[in-house]
Amino acid sequence: MHHHLILRVVTKILVAPIILFALYVQFHGDFSPGGGFQAGVLMAVAFILYGIVFGLETVQAVMPAWLAHKMMAAGVMIYAGTGVVSLLLGYNFLDYGSFSPHHPSHGQHWGIFSVEFGVLITVTGVMVSIYYAFAARRPAISNEEW
Amino acid sequence: MSAQALHTARTLSDHLPVLIIIIPFLAAPLTVLIGSRRLAWPIAFGAALSSFVISVLLLLRVLDSGVISYAIGGWLPPIGIEYRIDAANAFVLLLVSAIGTIVLPYTIQSIKSEIPERHHTLFYTMYLLCFTGLLGVVVTGDAFNVFVFLEVSSLSTYVLVAMGAQTDKRALTAAYDYLVMGTTGATFFVIGIGFIYAATGTLNMADIALYIQVHGTNRTLETAFAFIMVGMGLKAAVYPLHLWLPNAYTYAPSAVTSFIAGTATKVAIYVLLRFMFTIFQPDFLFEMHAVRWVMMPLAILAMFAASLIAVFQSDFKRMLAYSSIAQIGYILLGIGLLSTTGLTAAIVHLFNHGITKAALFMGVGALVLRSGSSFYAKIEGMGKVMPFTSFAIVIAGLSLIGVPGTAGFISKWVLVQAAIEQGYWPLALAIVGSSLLAIIYVWRVIETLYMKQPADGWVKQEAPLTMLVPLWIMAGATVWFGIDTELTMTAARTAADGLLHGFMAGGQ
Repeated sequence: MHHHLILRVVTKILVAPIILFALYVQFHGDFSPGGGFQAGVLMAVAFILYGIVFGLETVQAVMPAWLAHKMMAAGVMIYAGTGVVSLLLGYNFLDYGSFSPHHPSHGQHWGIFSVEFGVLITVTGVMVSIYYAFAARRPAISNEEW
Repeated sequence: MSAQALHTARTLSDHLPVLIIIIPFLAAPLTVLIGSRRLAWPIAFGAALSSFVISVLLLLRVLDSGVISYAIGGWLPPIGIEYRIDAANAFVLLLVSAIGTIVLPYTIQSIKSEIPERHHTLFYTMYLLCFTGLLGVVVTGDAFNVFVFLEVSSLSTYVLVAMGAQTDKRALTAAYDYLVMGTTGATFFVIGIGFIYAATGTLNMADIALYIQVHGTNRTLETAFAFIMVGMGLKAAVYPLHLWLPNAYTYAPSAVTSFIAGTATKVAIYVLLRFMFTIFQPDFLFEMHAVRWVMMPLAILAMFAASLIAVFQSDFKRMLAYSSIAQIGYILLGIGLLSTTGLTAAIVHLFNHGITKAALFMGVGALVLRSGSSFYAKIEGMGKVMPFTSFAIVIAGLSLIGVPGTAGFISKWVLVQAAIEQGYWPLALAIVGSSLLAIIYVWRVIETLYMKQPADGWVKQEAPLTMLVPLWIMAGATVWFGIDTELTMTAARTAADGLLHGFMAGGQ
């Protein structure tokens, strides 16, 4: 039961900072390298690490497979939805200027913020789903099945 | 309010070029989020139908008032991504969205028997993504954006093809082959784009064209051209690069084959057209050489070799797949003639063959629903068991041959005209000769369907209406566009004119 004690303890300590760092990469993406993709991968790493050390069931209690699947779709909806909102505000698709017509540069911030948030969610969902797909893989097709 | 003036206030109709993409694109994740098998189809159909309506509006507007440009994100071209629609795009958009919409009702019954129930929602998601990708490739005026949408459509197509695995496990290897070759094609394409970007510093198609017109070409651009030709050639299944196609079409679920056979390769050919005529101008020597000594011979080879292979098939679906490769030969031949008539023939054949093949594959799907297999041996005598389905297949088959009164005749007629116009009599004869091969392979089908006795115990039972109606709409369209050529010929000629005489001139 208590194999790999060091791994377990270190993982428990690390999961929170990894998520925090993911959020840092996400929100500081304006000023330093980073953004939704990198943050999404980092965020997923927290779950994957947890899954590797504590087992698939444990991590799926935190993030069920269906949630990861929905996240993939939700992120895309947020991204495209941002574009639709700008379109409804009377601007071109994904014209962030629409979010703050008097200060278009503020609008750019809001737009990018929202779009990158969508990317974060999708990438997290995708990475976690890939891990689940491999970790939960059933045995290869037996010869008889072909 | 002054800022508003910068971003010109718009009505909904100004957004049509982007709405045609984002409606199906938003619908795709929506089906996943809702996760309901029952709601997936209405969502997909609603989205596809609105895209279809938009494509009609766009075509009418383009034919009426010239090129439409839309700047994504308000970033004006050439800096931002531009959606640019002229007659050529609008026509292909119409084809893709029409087939995508008409095939959808057909999917309901068809996938019930061919795809496991737990994948049904995902099927519509992938279908919508593929639909979006294909439309996106056509609508965009940005070379890299073409690649992005190409991948959206290709990746979803691989999944769709693999969904045939319930009926036949070979769908998995077919999808994998397609994945390997499709990805190779996409890689070649993106390498080409990379070279173009290196040489010109821009990705906007009109801007690249302008650069090449002003500065002429150099070795980098010629290499780029070669890469793009090979890459898109793979996607379009140009004859020696067609190996992925027969298996993918044969083992994919019938509904998927009906959709992609009519659209995917056609879109790839559209991209070829765009790069050959809009971005690079055909008067450059290297392009003339490529067309004359590579494309034309391959086109003629495809017309004969693929038709000949089709004659000897024992599986209806596989025969149609080979016939598709042969028909792509005709389209390339039209392009290769480098004249307005030739291009018109290519574009109109692209459309006519799209609807013909969609009708035929739908017909096969309906037969398969009943017989469980598309082997000739299994569908013997189906003309008596499923008279309406079989008759629709006959009509579409006649269009495939090019019998007068069907759409196939119109495009072959224009193609022969184009060949004679330039004094290429042997080419005209080759077109007729290859059509004779088509008669043989279509006749084999008619013989199987009508002149054999159905297996014992088969009573007359038609396919469900949701399959019959789309099938007959398509079969009816092949006759309609064979008689009333106003729309197709006008659109194709305008498109050919636009491609040959400047994308940019019409911009104002």
